[in-house]
Amino acid sequence: MLNCKDATHRMSEAEDRELGLGERVELSIHLAMCKGCRNYQQHLHILRDACRGYREHLLGTDGDLLRPERKGES
Amino acid sequence: MEAAITPTALIDNAFVEQVRRDMLAFAQLQLRDATLAEDAVQDALTAALTGGKDFAGRSALKTWVFGILRHKIVDLIRQQSRTTPISAFGNDEDDIDQTFDALFKANAHWQPACRPAAWADPEAALREKHFWAIFDACLTHLPKNTARVFMMREFLELDTGEVCAAAGITTSNCHVILHRARSALRDCLEKGWFLAGERPC
Repeated sequence: MLNCKDATHRMSEAEDRELGLGERVELSIHLAMCKGCRNYQQHLHILRDACRGYREHLLGTDGDLLRPERKGES
Repeated sequence: MEAAITPTALIDNAFVEQVRRDMLAFAQLQLRDATLAEDAVQDALTAALTGGKDFAGRSALKTWVFGILRHKIVDLIRQQSRTTPISAFGNDEDDIDQTFDALFKANAHWQPACRPAAWADPEAALREKHFWAIFDACLTHLPKNTARVFMMREFLELDTGEVCAAAGITTSNCHVILHRARSALRDCLEKGWFLAGERPC
């Protein structure tokens, strides 16, 4: 049975490679029983959205949220 | 059909300076080397502006510069990893691993006080300027090799095989480094934004 620490590794690997059927089933069963790991998964998804958002802001041309406020500029 | 605009019509000094500044901040975050970052951005800008290519707008031009920069960054990392292989382990990496291990009991299940809680309203966070300042600080805080590998994966959007090859490391080390980066960033965003001041771990 997967423990929580292994589950975090499994969830991270799922972002980087396709998990095998057995690996996916094991993870699903763990997540069904473990709220903490479901929340960890939510955090990983938010992190990925933030990385995408960072890229979009970087490539945007208007009202760039990434750029620090600079004093003395109009 | 919308006419393509030549670079000269799009480019004024302020715009070029803005693109340069954004790309430089990104290259520095990824490479952690001011000289390398400066050279990579300079080359990418020059290549984009002298390539004789027309762009449909400023955003298209910026995307083009970023595309060139992306290749340059990966090339630089590949060259460096040939002479100085990226190591998955070091003091800073140990610190992250210890912080992560402390979230668990001896049986590798969550410590009750550290069990992850849901983060509220992430969509709103991504619209806040202050969130991005914290995100930037969290990225800056990652150790150099961890940042290089993680950012190749998530910001340059290389597949894992390409990331491992450029870094000159095995797939399993790649997974170790990516997991470490995510756990460090998760911890940093939780403490800095989502549950700031609410939890001991």
